[in-house]
Amino acid sequence: MAASVPRDVTSYSLGLAAPLALFFLVFFVAPLVQLLVLSLHNDTAGAAWGFGQYVHFLTDPFSLSVLGSTLLLGAEVTALCLVLGFPIAWLYHRVGSRAQTLIILIVLLPLLTSVVVRTFAWIVILGRQGIINATLQSIGVIDTPIRLLYTQLGVVLALAQVQMPLMTLPLITALGRIDSNLEDASCSLGAGSWRTFWKVILPLSLPGVIAGCTLTYAAAITAFITQSLVGGGQMLFMPMYLYQQASTLQNWPFASAISIIFLLAVLAVVSVFGLLGRLSRGYGGA
Amino acid sequence: MGGRKRTWEAISFEVVLTAIALIALVVIIAPSLVVLIVSFTNGFSLKFPPPGYSARWYAELWNAWQLHFAARNSFVVAMWSTGLSIVLGVAAALAIARSPKLSARILDSLFMSPLVLPALAFGLSALMLFSLIGLPVSALTLVIGHTVVCVPYVVRNTVASLAQLEPTLLESSSILGASRTYTFRRIVLPLIRPGVIAGAFIAFMSSFDNVPVSLFLRDAATDMLPIRMWQDLEGKLDVTIAALSGVLIIATVALMAIMERATGLSKRLTS
Repeated sequence: MAASVPRDVTSYSLGLAAPLALFFLVFFVAPLVQLLVLSLHNDTAGAAWGFGQYVHFLTDPFSLSVLGSTLLLGAEVTALCLVLGFPIAWLYHRVGSRAQTLIILIVLLPLLTSVVVRTFAWIVILGRQGIINATLQSIGVIDTPIRLLYTQLGVVLALAQVQMPLMTLPLITALGRIDSNLEDASCSLGAGSWRTFWKVILPLSLPGVIAGCTLTYAAAITAFITQSLVGGGQMLFMPMYLYQQASTLQNWPFASAISIIFLLAVLAVVSVFGLLGRLSRGYGGA
Repeated sequence: MGGRKRTWEAISFEVVLTAIALIALVVIIAPSLVVLIVSFTNGFSLKFPPPGYSARWYAELWNAWQLHFAARNSFVVAMWSTGLSIVLGVAAALAIARSPKLSARILDSLFMSPLVLPALAFGLSALMLFSLIGLPVSALTLVIGHTVVCVPYVVRNTVASLAQLEPTLLESSSILGASRTYTFRRIVLPLIRPGVIAGAFIAFMSSFDNVPVSLFLRDAATDMLPIRMWQDLEGKLDVTIAALSGVLIIATVALMAIMERATGLSKRLTS
């Protein structure tokens, strides 16, 4: 029987995905469904159904400001990663293969280093006795140490350094797919380097830009440790808000509602980027 | 072609982009170097530059049994999660990698979703599920939770390796009379192995370093290293933590170098 029926030997049965699909159904999908169910309870005991937790969040100026500042933080980190990450990806395609490997390993280093270690490093750099303050004081720019730790600027810098690989790797892939003849054609038709960059390279790399932005944004707004250590107690973002409500205050229904709102916010951003991605692929015509 | 004006323009472009790229690369490695330097201080504070150098905090680390205990727990959980991720992830990747079916695309999105969804929300929801079904938090719940957030790395890297596999190789093997199992063992597995190892490496590192899932799924007996370090740092700036960070940075760099040689990690992640 086996020999007589020609089978496609290059693909495998979809059934091989069943164990992981089952694992995800039980330990990933089911918990999230349960989270949704619990968030629809008005009391902590879980007896009264209703949208009370959501009403509470959406009418509370404090909760809304936490959500707003979290979304803003993601945008700032993503923008900084794009501005710094694009030139790295560009440089990658202009150096030899040894230098290429070195660039990738440098870019990967923060992703693989322990999150506490790299956050700790930023505390040392930004602190009152840190490198930046010590340098500025020694060259006489400032008299007393300036506050860098526990500020928005500090959090954005630390997060951008940590999330850089998520932006740079998709950009390197995208730039590698651009036909170098297009660049030459643009130049020989009279466009300068800057014009070629804005009109040819950047539009063609949009799929990579969008992939990088999606990953960076999602990682930046969910980065619990860096936000809490570099941001300090004064700055509250969604992950810490969620953790406080769940762990310290034991208010699980409200923590669930925060989680669901946070999940929806991330999904909304990812979907918008995904839509832009499809549009850009059409635009790029590749 | 290329008048003087255009040349100046080209130079300005190259200089600006190269300068930003180099500054960015320095910013990326500076924090690791700073921690390494500070960890060799002979003082009690994290001043930079340190007043003098010694290895005393590394010696101190030798006796920090709480950190040893947490490190061992993190290592054991990471090993089990990585093993489970390889078994479940490689099988799933084989199924979905070359399938044009819509169901395969949906499964692919499902398996990738832990990468973008907030891990803290998942940690909380997993804790609620385990308490509902009466499974107390333990090393087992940690392994299950970590596997969910680590398996995407194995799936993604294995799918990428399978996509680069020449279908003609599988056809030739089949035409020459090899069974599917034999072809898998002798052709497919050796060719995708570097991708699987690279994915497993990243899965291991992210499990070893996981905080958001561990926060909810651990108990007193399963103190995890990154959480221990985080809690130590929130209280005071301890130089022992700097020494531990130094050890972790050196270990990470060494492992990356080994992985680069064994699997061509850098090429793997950019293709």
